[in-house]
Amino acid sequence: MNEPAIALRALTRRFGSLVAVDRVDLSIGAGAIFGLRGTNGAGKTTVMKMLATLLAPTSGTALVAGYDILHQPVDVRRHIGYVSQMLSADGELSGRENLLVPAKLYRIPRSERARRMREALHFMDLEGVADRLVRHYSGGMVRRLEIAQAMLHRPPVLFLDEPTVGLDPAARHGVWQRIRQLRDENGTTILMTTHDMDEAETLCEELAFMHLGTLVAQGTPAGLKARQGSGATLDDVFIALTGASIREREDFRNVARVRKTFSRIE
Amino acid sequence: MSPVSARPSAVSSRIARTADALAQAGAVAEADLRKLRHDPWEPVMRMVQPALWLLIFGQVLARTRGIPTGGVSYVAFLAPGILAQRVLFVAIFYGVSLIWERDLGIVNKYLVSPAPRAALVLGRALASGVRGISQAAVVYVLAAWLGVPVRWTVGAVAGVVLMVMLGAAVFSTFSLIVACIVKTRERFMGIGQVLTMPLFFASDAIYPVALMPGWLQGVAACNPLTYQVDALRSLVVGNVPGSSGLALDFGIQVAALALLTGVATRLYPRIVD
Repeated sequence: MNEPAIALRALTRRFGSLVAVDRVDLSIGAGAIFGLRGTNGAGKTTVMKMLATLLAPTSGTALVAGYDILHQPVDVRRHIGYVSQMLSADGELSGRENLLVPAKLYRIPRSERARRMREALHFMDLEGVADRLVRHYSGGMVRRLEIAQAMLHRPPVLFLDEPTVGLDPAARHGVWQRIRQLRDENGTTILMTTHDMDEAETLCEELAFMHLGTLVAQGTPAGLKARQGSGATLDDVFIALTGASIREREDFRNVARVRKTFSRIE
Repeated sequence: MSPVSARPSAVSSRIARTADALAQAGAVAEADLRKLRHDPWEPVMRMVQPALWLLIFGQVLARTRGIPTGGVSYVAFLAPGILAQRVLFVAIFYGVSLIWERDLGIVNKYLVSPAPRAALVLGRALASGVRGISQAAVVYVLAAWLGVPVRWTVGAVAGVVLMVMLGAAVFSTFSLIVACIVKTRERFMGIGQVLTMPLFFASDAIYPVALMPGWLQGVAACNPLTYQVDALRSLVVGNVPGSSGLALDFGIQVAALALLTGVATRLYPRIVD
């Protein structure tokens, strides 16, 4: 069997007395588009931050692209791209400058730099606005730019935290199309979190549901629906798995951050 | 591979890693400085404060003739102090940009890159240093206009540039540490206000250390700003009675920067917790 691109082993993170992620085991095959769904505060973002080496696990570990997040964090960083939930491209810089900074940070050789930046702008359909300040971009353009930033060094693994939150349908489809194309052309393994049923259904080949820090179900969208009964939607599955015991774990800071992302899009 | 041949390759890989880290620090600084280019009004706005200190405070206090300035006019004595003050004030609030960028998710991008944390910290110090130089230019022009006999030798100007960059790096890295500890803009601004005035008054920026009460002289001796002012005064106008000497002045900045960078490197990833 092929080595999984991402393998979580009893990955756990506590914040004080709160167990945000509780002994999660999960394997994600190379080249998959894998979706993580769950209630707010279920631990999706925490999982992703640990895999991206932004947050240290309390216990357990994970392998990303074959490297251990605890013992080989720099190797992990070399082999991943990460796009956070927030619209994080730098609004005070142009699109091109937003690519130049990571190109230098990842030490892409000077001879390659211009070509890769040009290709990325072309791929994301941002050539016409490359020299405009990003604060004048639409939400969809910012997201495409951010994915381009995260892919500039051609990582085999890409983490996307709610990549289409707050985007209009056309912009959403634009982002989906690019994500699919990235995987098809480069074999990139993509792990994404999502709240959106459409996104989970049309984009993700496999899904895992998280609830209160644990993994409660895993499978293909079709398989998960079939388990719930005929005519069931993924939202039905979601509610069946989590609805009965929804506890609000979202804190003020979290809500404020999501709202801020929205206000930057609009 | 035999140990004999392994040795030079270990050395060369260390050199390559250091070169990478320096280039990465340069990329962090470049990102910050490119923003400055998109917003050219910022340095212009920052001309107002030093102008007020030199034109109003300096001119009025010069008339009292109560401050022993070692044979130069009070405005000549004050100009290097105000230069150091401007560098301090700009650098000490630099950490707020880290909190701001953390809130926007930009810091995450740097932290998921393979750049060593020390390179991220030094890159910001470098950017702060370059910002400091624009302040130096303003103070030089104002001082020359007010008739201060500014030394224009290459050595003196290069020394000023170096000290301004080091001074800005020291206080911006200190500011970064504060930002990593307090984590919110409101708390940071409160602490920034509380820190700047004591640092400023417990230095020889606007009066010689010799005029201070004993306890304050002790504080001033531990304040990097005192040594920045001392060096700048020697370099800009020369002739400073009781100078601690340029070697000590620069040595203290380098030591402070090394110490602060070490601490900031450890704390930096905590900003996103």
